[in-house]
Amino acid sequence: MDAFLATPVGHLALTVAQAMALLVPLLIGVAYLTWAERKVLAAMQMRKGPNVVGPFGLLQPFADALKMLMKETIIPAGASRVLFILAPMITFMLAMLAWAVIPVNDGWAIADINVGILYLFAISSLGVYGVIIAGWASNSKYAFLGALRSAAQMVSYEVSMGFVIVTVLLCVGSLNLTEIVRAQADMWFIIPLFPMFVIMFISALAETNRAPFDLPEGESELVAGFFVEYSSMSFALFFLGEYANMILMSALITILFLGGWYAPFDIAPFNWIPGPMWFVFKICACLFVFIWVRATFPRYRYDQLMRLGWKVFLPFSLVWLVLTAAALKLFGWLPVA
Amino acid sequence: MAITLDRVARSFLLAELVSGMALTLRQFFRPKVTINYPYEKSPLSPRFKGEHALRRYPNGEERCIACKLCEAICPAQAITIEAEPRDDGSRRTTRYDIDMTKCIYCGMCEEACPVDAIVEGPNMEFATETREELLFNKERLLDNGDRWEAALAKRLELDAPYR
Repeated sequence: MDAFLATPVGHLALTVAQAMALLVPLLIGVAYLTWAERKVLAAMQMRKGPNVVGPFGLLQPFADALKMLMKETIIPAGASRVLFILAPMITFMLAMLAWAVIPVNDGWAIADINVGILYLFAISSLGVYGVIIAGWASNSKYAFLGALRSAAQMVSYEVSMGFVIVTVLLCVGSLNLTEIVRAQADMWFIIPLFPMFVIMFISALAETNRAPFDLPEGESELVAGFFVEYSSMSFALFFLGEYANMILMSALITILFLGGWYAPFDIAPFNWIPGPMWFVFKICACLFVFIWVRATFPRYRYDQLMRLGWKVFLPFSLVWLVLTAAALKLFGWLPVA
Repeated sequence: MAITLDRVARSFLLAELVSGMALTLRQFFRPKVTINYPYEKSPLSPRFKGEHALRRYPNGEERCIACKLCEAICPAQAITIEAEPRDDGSRRTTRYDIDMTKCIYCGMCEEACPVDAIVEGPNMEFATETREELLFNKERLLDNGDRWEAALAKRLELDAPYR
């Protein structure tokens, strides 16, 4: 077996198997996230949500997927065909790609690279290309405006997110995601860095175009935003990509602030539950808050969004970064690399 | 000074946002108002205006005397009546049609009727697969009346004090 794995073919097979082991549960997770979103939103509006297809409507995502597959893919006459088809693929692929470095448990990452967080940041920045290309290739004013908004929004919030990540990195002394989680064995970073956690969470909302920052797809003004012209599976890919990104951002928050796979207390009933379970559970908690926020707040206006990003989050995170650095230096808490 | 400090503290601690979130979380656990429609139904007022019916007297004689007041008042002109004297000399309809695709369910016909013959019943679930099935004739209306008579009489009785 080991001899087989040492060959290039064996190595490839192993990598594919690992990717499948991660992506299949992820896609099922995405499917059920749409279901959970509808259920939670419904409950918060005192409705029941989907409850007809299967027990508690649990088969609803599959019914939806089947419906999507049956639909006709419409390519608008004025659209740039190649780019139009390429855009949803890019979005979906990037959403999947980022998962390569996420450690589900100690050492359970497909690629445990030393620049993990940088890789994640790069991939999530590339995500904006799918959106821009979609908006441009559609040759429709709504799609184009949606894409422009999305681009501006993602760029604005990535800056403050970068500072949040740098703050965490200062406390860890490594860019490796596994190392970041290990540094939280005694205390999760949410406790000392709580303000940064809040900024990170709100930026994650903006980064994934979720309510209250869902301007790129603001139904009331832009119909559906950058994917108005899409139908069938090309639409479904955007949809899957968006929800996969939500899960990715939750995973990132979990790794940076909520102690990854660690149990909240290293005592009896908590440490019986295996690490990956904790990891998934923390992601679910994050996602619940994502949906909860959507059920609570109305959409931001565009100028408010920009003001929050550039005039509140950016200076605040910058100041907090300096304070953290100063505190680490003054009290001699700097991590030894 | 204290007020400004208070405001700054509130906005930095996201006080409003948190209280909003608390509200939605409380809603999350409250009982749902959804009615599982085909299996559960909401109560109907006795004045609910649904599917039409032509009623009969307890002895089986049809009430309608072909006065055509309903036909005259119908704002959608959905009712068509033809009448001639019956063999026993009483005035009866030979044709009583309601085009349910035209009807606007205003209830003027039942208001106009001097003998409570044409009424709108509690039934609203009479969707059909073809348009033709919605062109009700006298036979269909009388049939409705026979089927819903218990409910129709109850409704009239409940509404009588307000007429």
